[in-house]
Amino acid sequence: METKESFIPYVGKIIDIKQETPDVKTFSVVGLDGKKLFEHIPGQCAMLIVPGVGESMISITSSPTLETHMEFSIKKCGCVTEWLHNAEVGQQICLRGPIGNGFPVDTKLKGKDILVIAGGIGIAPVHSVVNYMMDHRSDYGKIQVIYGSRSMADLVRLEEMKNVWMKQPNCSIDLTIDRAEDGWDGHVGFVPPYVTELNPDPSMTVIMCGPPILIHLSLDALKKLGFKDEQVFTTMEMRMKCGIGKCGRCNIGDKFVCKDGPVFSFDQLGELPPEY
Amino acid sequence: MLSIAADKIDSLFELIGSKQPLYLPVDNNSGKADFKKWEKGVKLSSALKTVRSAKDFFFPKTEHMVSYKVCGKEIEVEDPRKDVEDFVIFGVRACDAKGFECIDNVYMHMNPQDSYYTNRREHGTVITLACNEPVKECFCSTYGIDASLAKASGDVSSWCADGTFYFAANTDKGKKFLEAAASVLKDADDKAVEATKKSISEKIEKLPFAHLDISKLGKVTPEQMNKIFDKDNKTKIWEKASEACLGCGTCTYVCPTCMCFDVRDFATGTDKGIRQVRCWDSCMYNDFTQMAAENPRHTQKERSRQRFMHKLVYYPMAHEGLFSCVGCGRCLESCPVNMNIVKVIKMIQEAGEL
Amino acid sequence: MQDKLIARAKELLAEGKVQKVVGWKKGLFEDDITPAVFTTAEELDKDFVFNKYCKANLSKYLVKITREIEVAKSTTRMNNTMAKQRDPNAEDKPIPQAVVLVFLKPSDTYSFTQLLKENRITRGDVYAIGVPCQDTLDGGDVCENCKNKKPVSCDELIGIEADIEPVESARMAEVAKLEAMTADERDAFWKNEFSRCLRCNACRDICPACTCEKCVFDNNKLYTSQKVAETNFEESLFHIIRAWHVAGRCTDCGECSRVCPQHIPLYLLNRKFIKDINEIYGEYQAGSDMETKPAMLTFNAEGDPETTIVYDRSHDKEAE
Repeated sequence: METKESFIPYVGKIIDIKQETPDVKTFSVVGLDGKKLFEHIPGQCAMLIVPGVGESMISITSSPTLETHMEFSIKKCGCVTEWLHNAEVGQQICLRGPIGNGFPVDTKLKGKDILVIAGGIGIAPVHSVVNYMMDHRSDYGKIQVIYGSRSMADLVRLEEMKNVWMKQPNCSIDLTIDRAEDGWDGHVGFVPPYVTELNPDPSMTVIMCGPPILIHLSLDALKKLGFKDEQVFTTMEMRMKCGIGKCGRCNIGDKFVCKDGPVFSFDQLGELPPEY
Repeated sequence: MLSIAADKIDSLFELIGSKQPLYLPVDNNSGKADFKKWEKGVKLSSALKTVRSAKDFFFPKTEHMVSYKVCGKEIEVEDPRKDVEDFVIFGVRACDAKGFECIDNVYMHMNPQDSYYTNRREHGTVITLACNEPVKECFCSTYGIDASLAKASGDVSSWCADGTFYFAANTDKGKKFLEAAASVLKDADDKAVEATKKSISEKIEKLPFAHLDISKLGKVTPEQMNKIFDKDNKTKIWEKASEACLGCGTCTYVCPTCMCFDVRDFATGTDKGIRQVRCWDSCMYNDFTQMAAENPRHTQKERSRQRFMHKLVYYPMAHEGLFSCVGCGRCLESCPVNMNIVKVIKMIQEAGEL
Repeated sequence: MQDKLIARAKELLAEGKVQKVVGWKKGLFEDDITPAVFTTAEELDKDFVFNKYCKANLSKYLVKITREIEVAKSTTRMNNTMAKQRDPNAEDKPIPQAVVLVFLKPSDTYSFTQLLKENRITRGDVYAIGVPCQDTLDGGDVCENCKNKKPVSCDELIGIEADIEPVESARMAEVAKLEAMTADERDAFWKNEFSRCLRCNACRDICPACTCEKCVFDNNKLYTSQKVAETNFEESLFHIIRAWHVAGRCTDCGECSRVCPQHIPLYLLNRKFIKDINEIYGEYQAGSDMETKPAMLTFNAEGDPETTIVYDRSHDKEAE
């Protein structure tokens, strides 16, 4: 049959694996022809399929401006991700994608000052949008990143943040770890109180990604500083199977997180039933 | 209008069924009816409803999606899709036919299109049959669905009146069907059909649930939706609706509009082949939204609420007010603990100022 | 009868002897009764019903309800201990006691006893009232079975005597018919029946013997995990495995067949197991009392057949 059916996946190849932290690895994937498999918008995801093991929805960590391949920074936490962590370079995997709506980089984010708040592996989807903005630097204003993790070793892609992002004009990175440790002279503490401490300008547009508790508390902190719901964007995490708005698993209210999301602004989330 | 004597209907079935798969409601040995493939000797059931709806033909219980062959580090993907053979479904009631529309909206009209479902829909011809004897569990009229088929439904509408079957084509596919059957059909006027439509409409008006109050439901505002959602359990609707619920999934499987599915892998044996199959699933199951970290719908109350609100509120909000319930009454008949959507609609109606 | 039950329930609630009542609730028509929990006299007056359509076996709901009661108790005990650790003078919060009233027909009381034996229900949290079996609409031998059971493990009886006159039971007649078929005929019979199966799991979810926290069919780590079956083999697999799992614990209450939306005669499968257990291990009725050791959990060195790989009954027949 000629029509491209979303259920029939692409076959890709892992060409590079990098250990970022003890439980996070970055996989670089291309098609069997050596080229990138498909184009995407920052914030979109792909379904990584390991036949016989399972499928997992992973956000595409690399920006679409990276032309040679796609990158996925994946945390080991289930059977598919564990299998991937044990895989070797050259291993083929199947992919379905791109899935979801991505960040509104050409509309609501353009021309704005951007504040990024992330925790733990939540920095992965945010990477794609920050790198995209770095590659279209003049389209965006100030970029400030507030990122926290459990410990120094758990800060994902720290090198890229220090050596690339921090060197860009009008960019700042504020890092924090949960507990003090030797060799760290930066901020210690959770992300939400750090946000309050840094007192960002409420005219900025915010992108948040991390564990639900971080999102809830950071949103409270931002509201107190004067931010409005429509300025704050997040990516929602839900159990997904088809990724194309058919199987019903990620249905919340009249939306499908896989299709109408995973990126939502908080005023959009406010219109959904209060299930999460 | 074309017709055939009811005692000659088998000749129509033979004419059509010998050339392509023909499915019709047939009595099984438990005394109920199910759709079965026609073969010589099979008799049309006189039951009002089949136990399961007709959605099985377009959205089957299990469906083979993709095949994989894994060899070392290499994976080969096989596309198993084939054009489905043309087929005919006879005796579909108005409720089931409307159910197809609900599933079409998601599977065919929402991008990306589901090609497996679409292919089946393109190759299937639906012959609807008017309901001479609706029962007390029926409430299709609540949603404006017409069991007398005064409104065109399916590819061909049919009626059984005065010992005769009458047919009228609604679409090109329907016309082709009637042309193929021309040798056994006679011309007829529509007097008997009009009388039947009238008598069915009168019977429907007398049913206890002919016009359930659904004014609080459908395409509502987010504020109204939150009130029905009842996060703080003030009305206790969802607690009561779910306390006996087993979470078994029966309601989902007999429902003409439920369309959720699961995707599973099966190893096919020694050839290192893996088959990815989708199968029916139910939002009432406790693993439906289970994630590694948590399950947002962790008790039956949340899951029951999701199912009913999806059918009565969320789906209409996303699809111009169309309800994802067609009033077929199967959940009333099949639920092991007799919970059903009519009871929920009444609970919402009686919850007072929402 | 209904009024007597409502009155007694209201009495026990008012006296504080029970805090919840598990009973049957009125539906839209006469026959669509739903099991429900009542907590006030008003709710009982408004919705409680007891008639010939009250087929639902309420004993299984007690598993969850008594678990909640016990968890509340142990949580309070734990909190008290922790409070004492922080402050030795801390006052113990009272342990919340709660009792739930349940109405059980004779057949239901056997499921109740079976669950008590398996420690799934805490006896002290339940006040059981035995009520008479109602001749149900499609009655048949489910009712006959119920009439052949005396109410056991009850705290009181209303409208029913403690001893019963056993009724001549022909419940194994249909099983004997199946046994008389050839293997191929039987295979065709069951394949035909199971072909209608949706894997809705209603039979498993209503069965009082199926109370596993994680059913083997829901466990994704096992190869038996399945939803809708793809092949005939898988369809049969579920029912045969389930029949094995409940063998010796099935009380023949008939609920599985009553709830099946496709009207598959599952009770025949379970009855075959009961017939075999009766013949091989001696007459045994699951749940008939608290003392008798479960047939499938006891080995009688005297009478039980020697364990070989396959037990072939034809040997016994030759010996006869």
